[in-house]
Amino acid sequence: MLHPVVRTILQRLGLGLITLFVVSLILFSSIEFLPGDFGEAVLGQAALPETVAAFRKELGLDLPLHERYFDWLGGMLTGDMGNSFSGRGSSGGTDRSRPVIELLAPRLANTLFLASMAAIISVPLALFLGITAALYRNSIYDRSVNALTLTTISFPEFFVAYLLILILSSFLKLFPSLANISPDAPFWDRAYLTFLPALTLTLVIVAHMMRMTRAAIINLMASPYIEMAELKGASKSEIILRHALPNAWAPIVTVIAFNLAYLVVGVVVVEVVFVYPGVGQLMVDAVTTRDVPVVQGCAMIFAATYILLNLFADIISIITNPRLLHPR
Amino acid sequence: MVDIKDLEKAARAGKLDRREFIKRAGALGLSLPFATSLLSQSVHAAMPKRGGKFVQGSRHGGTTDTLDPGTHENGFMQNVVYTYANHLFEVDNTGELIPELAESFEASKDAKTWVIKLRKGVEFHNGKSFGADDVVSSMNHHRGEDSKSAGKSLLDAVVDMKKTGPHEVTFKLSGGNADFPFILSDYHFAILPDFNGQMDWQAGFGTGGFVLQSFEPGVRATFKRNPNYFKSNRAHFDEVETISLVDTTARQNAVMNQEVHAINGVDPKTVHLLGRNPSISILETTGTLHYTFPMRVTMAPFDNYDLRMAVKLSVDREQLVKKILLGHGAVGNDSPIASSMPYYNDKMPQRKYDPDKAKFHLKKAGMEGITLDLSTSEAAFSGAVDAALLVKDSAAKAGLSVNVVREPKDGYWSNVWNKKAWCACYWGGRPTPDWMFTAAYVADSNWNDTDWRTGPKADRFNKLVVAARSELDTSKRREMYFEAQELVNDDGGLVLPMFANYIHALNKKVAHDEQVAGNWESDGNKNVERWWFA
Amino acid sequence: MNNEDDLNPSAKAELADQGFSESDLGNHGYSATAEVTQIRARRSFRENIWRGLRSAPPTALFGLTVISLYVFFALFAPLLAPYGEAEIFDMSYAPWSDEFMFGTDQLGRDILSRMIYGARNTVGIAFVTTMFAFVIGGGLGITAAINNGGWLDNLLSRSVDVLMAIPSLIFALILLSMFGANTINLIMIIAVLDSTRVFRIARAVSLNVVVMDYVEAARLRGEKLAWILTREILPNIMPPLVAEFGLRFCFVFLTIAALSFLGVGIQPPTADWGSMVRETAGLIQFAEYDLTAAMTPMLPAAAIALLTVAVNFVVDWFLHKSSGLKD
Repeated sequence: MLHPVVRTILQRLGLGLITLFVVSLILFSSIEFLPGDFGEAVLGQAALPETVAAFRKELGLDLPLHERYFDWLGGMLTGDMGNSFSGRGSSGGTDRSRPVIELLAPRLANTLFLASMAAIISVPLALFLGITAALYRNSIYDRSVNALTLTTISFPEFFVAYLLILILSSFLKLFPSLANISPDAPFWDRAYLTFLPALTLTLVIVAHMMRMTRAAIINLMASPYIEMAELKGASKSEIILRHALPNAWAPIVTVIAFNLAYLVVGVVVVEVVFVYPGVGQLMVDAVTTRDVPVVQGCAMIFAATYILLNLFADIISIITNPRLLHPR
Repeated sequence: MVDIKDLEKAARAGKLDRREFIKRAGALGLSLPFATSLLSQSVHAAMPKRGGKFVQGSRHGGTTDTLDPGTHENGFMQNVVYTYANHLFEVDNTGELIPELAESFEASKDAKTWVIKLRKGVEFHNGKSFGADDVVSSMNHHRGEDSKSAGKSLLDAVVDMKKTGPHEVTFKLSGGNADFPFILSDYHFAILPDFNGQMDWQAGFGTGGFVLQSFEPGVRATFKRNPNYFKSNRAHFDEVETISLVDTTARQNAVMNQEVHAINGVDPKTVHLLGRNPSISILETTGTLHYTFPMRVTMAPFDNYDLRMAVKLSVDREQLVKKILLGHGAVGNDSPIASSMPYYNDKMPQRKYDPDKAKFHLKKAGMEGITLDLSTSEAAFSGAVDAALLVKDSAAKAGLSVNVVREPKDGYWSNVWNKKAWCACYWGGRPTPDWMFTAAYVADSNWNDTDWRTGPKADRFNKLVVAARSELDTSKRREMYFEAQELVNDDGGLVLPMFANYIHALNKKVAHDEQVAGNWESDGNKNVERWWFA
Repeated sequence: MNNEDDLNPSAKAELADQGFSESDLGNHGYSATAEVTQIRARRSFRENIWRGLRSAPPTALFGLTVISLYVFFALFAPLLAPYGEAEIFDMSYAPWSDEFMFGTDQLGRDILSRMIYGARNTVGIAFVTTMFAFVIGGGLGITAAINNGGWLDNLLSRSVDVLMAIPSLIFALILLSMFGANTINLIMIIAVLDSTRVFRIARAVSLNVVVMDYVEAARLRGEKLAWILTREILPNIMPPLVAEFGLRFCFVFLTIAALSFLGVGIQPPTADWGSMVRETAGLIQFAEYDLTAAMTPMLPAAAIALLTVAVNFVVDWFLHKSSGLKD
């Protein structure tokens, strides 16, 4: 029999593939049902019926829906994400459209860079705040950390961004308000330019992770073994760090994974405000112009990120829990 | 015929005093600020300096942008193409049409045949020398059955185009068009190198003052100065970076924090605050950009003349200019011809907000108590939703109830505009009345968003536009265009409450000619080759 | 028992998120806390409230006061607002004065009045949306738990996985473009997308309850599914659901604000705080030149923040009460 960890991984990966398939099917048909198509969207006000028809013909949009879907799926299974609709010549003959992967790869790298920056700041911060809040629970410290983080999540993201720009960029002139990094920028330049968007994201997600850490630890405080440790005379911080925290990892890691997925998937607004060339903006633009292959490519990446991060969290939960690691 | 150059000469020689100059310039169809700045420019011309890296933020740009001029539809790509490429003709900073890659042109008497002589000794950025073949394949890119170019309809009238010499091209039109060179200045018709009989746009080589270095769709384009540029008094920067900054707040922050030197699309709401920043100067140009609420005259109840008149009379144009543009614009008169355009009808009485007269027409139409749906979206123009709410408010006082429907931005042009009976819309405007009317008001235009095609008055209008197009006698032409404007104003489905200014914020280091073009934003989108660092 | 399938780690995380341990829900033998909670539940409603309020910490009382104030403003908006919601005055951007306490906006509408009507619209829409999300997500979650491992459970769980794997903001954008961006569609779409998370929590919590003897007994008595769902399970899983309600409720404001950032949202001239922040957010950058103008977006933003903090203070108190901790 397979080890349960391996079994879980295989099971989850299998389910993940099915999820990806269904996600692609849903998005493909949703965009089909959206009024307008690529030709109309790209030409905007200037769309003429015959130019739109010409676009449709060249892009194969005149083929039935299922044919186009299976075409795309076939390509996907052989590792070809297809070509973007945009970048096609407006006259016959030349087809220099760009492969989706070429559009996606540099932006994905940017998105991952920003997500890592935000994660490096926010995860330790959230853990620290959560543990200390649990340690001094119901104190003024605990209440103010709670109120403060709740306030930051209750501001809309773009508003947090504008506030940070006002303070750190306009008044203190510490950081630039534009994070439009170029592909060949050296690492430290990138890190510097990306700091404000990363800080914005940190403020947006830290509350959730912090509250989780605090709740998970407090949740264990009524357990008999903690009472035992208390009776043994262990100090409060020792109890939390040595006894409660190791058992609280599972829920904490799950919420961290959930928020990391958000950092990759849900940052359109921050990208717009800081003019950061990430995948979110690409996907919104692709939806607006009905560039189906690009929408599908982005969606696959997003869904895969979500599935993999959840899987990763579950594996950590199993590893940190002996009862799950060594089932009866 | 007197033209503006003669006037300028006379002014410089001291033959005309200021008042006379303005009067005569006004007769040529130039607006007052236009004329005065023309005068001051001719009196003290500034000397541009070379050098520096110019960074500008554009309110446009999307990840679907391509270098193919046939697909250009937003201001970012217009600016890019006007930076690295040239056209046969150019609308210069004073609003005048001048030859660019053309050297001279000759039209037949009926304005049907156009022989265009091309500039010699011009090279593309890849070293290829420019000639008639490049013009032919660049134009053919937008013609033909399977062309997907957005500029296709503009060249529909071209029945034949031939290379008639190594540096000469001849166009034959199906009907006379005295304004044909204007069309060739359109941003779609960039001249790019020919490659085996086809226009090669992929490489991004042009003849322009700047060589395209990199292009990331929806992010940025970078350029270096072209040392072999054929214009001697243009292209002053060493390097240029154009960034897409779609979010208004981000754009304004960037110029306030001196991260860019210039931005377009300044929010009229906050111009006065932005202007308080000591490093910024505000540049406003009045051009042809106008915001409209087209009613489709073929759809009930807008097929009723009196109802249309009631709607037109119940729109408070002054209030719209005051609250939506915050004064940064001009009141419109339900005609798409701007006061800065030639043949603007200045005799036509200004339509005013008149609830009583509107009630009278509403009663005459027998439609008291009717509720009209007005579709709107920020996609139509910035402030379109608020503008519709103001229309609702002013119409209510005239006894007309308007229901404002906010439509999604996404897909607005394909689902709402040209489909819904009454909606919000914008037009960038066109340099000539013929072009403007042909684009959106004649019977066979696909963009005729008021669907005003039939009926005695529409027929008369269509006849006038065709006749005026090939009419070379200026005064007869003026009469025809005056009448055409009156017909649109009276019978058409157009509600045109305002012309909006283009508002830019520039770092004070940036200098430009006294006169800045208003045909597009950013000095006709040719700011990169026209501006310099003081 | 098969711990992995019945209660996977992420489901457990959601429980813990709400401050509940598995033992609270009683599938690991006897729990005094659970018993005490059940006894307490038999006191009359009014008694419970009174006992609760007397023992409430100051933060919770603060939260309750703020919430009641908001409800009061929402209910009596037309009486409290000095002017109409869409009433247009001639003065645009009027400064703060006696006539217009917070000035007027671009069109010349009184900002104070729009804030007050905004309470009604924003809180109302958020409340309705969250209710729908809980009815859909909660109902399906419990049903899935009752059907544990069956085809219905699998179908629902996998569908939720799929929905959660699609970026929700972009999906909402697509759906709103597809169905038209009116308020009812907005409510339904956000409700459906939000219900996925509610589903996971409801299912995770219910899994521990459906195996209880009293549910089994009800089944053997031949009770209908609806009866088991509402009378046996629901009362026992209320605490974590209520806690989640607090957070979800506040996130609806943010979703509406983000959607209005991308160009879809509530139909004008309806005032809602999310769109009000969006419309005026740009003014914040001019704080150096005009402080009161820069404060304009702070008003609706602070209104949202205050409500979020208030609701969650009450939720924290609720969780603390049910966690069984004495300090």
